[in-house]
Amino acid sequence: MSAEIIGNYATAIFLLIGSGFALVGVIGLLKFNDPMTRLHAPTKVGTVGIGMLLLASIVHSVVLGETSIHETLIMAFLFVTAPISANFIAKVNIHKRNCETPPTPPRDDTWSTLNSPDEEPLDPT
Amino acid sequence: MTTALAVLDIALIVAFGILALGQILSMVRLVIGPTPGDRILALDTMVINALGLVVVLGIQQGVQIYFEVSLLIAMLGFVSTVALARFILRGDIIE
Repeated sequence: MSAEIIGNYATAIFLLIGSGFALVGVIGLLKFNDPMTRLHAPTKVGTVGIGMLLLASIVHSVVLGETSIHETLIMAFLFVTAPISANFIAKVNIHKRNCETPPTPPRDDTWSTLNSPDEEPLDPT
Repeated sequence: MTTALAVLDIALIVAFGILALGQILSMVRLVIGPTPGDRILALDTMVINALGLVVVLGIQQGVQIYFEVSLLIAMLGFVSTVALARFILRGDIIE
């Protein structure tokens, strides 16, 4: 069993794991019944699913003899941006009051997420 | 060697099928909504799935060109998700 065969099998396994996670995440997006719960599932598609597909791409490039680890750049970018976009979508859900509204903060009127700009006074003096 | 290549071919076809099915299922969520947050999330998932399709296409053809394509898709997807969420939150994208 040469290294090339092992590399091909590893590529196939990484591809199957990645696409399995993508399928699970999308089924969760379709089947869950609450906006905040639905937010939970597709974040796995972004991190584990695409991460495994990129790992398969790296292993396959090693097998082909033209090694490239550029794919780690995409992986790092996705790992950094996935929580930010999830946070923004959660803020949209809170703002539209599609989920349980958080209790009012102790020292302020309201959360800035719930405060639309058209409700603010134009001249706060 | 031929067995390993056959297994890799089957895995590539399975990955293509699952990612295409994922696009269709998240398009269903995009149509039935019901909240704007769900629609933004479905669009974000579709962008991520398209990125996975491009990566798998690069593995199948054995070329390195698709790296730039997938990096651009990742960046545009993040920016469009943040822009859509920001539009719903503040009524404006750049204040």
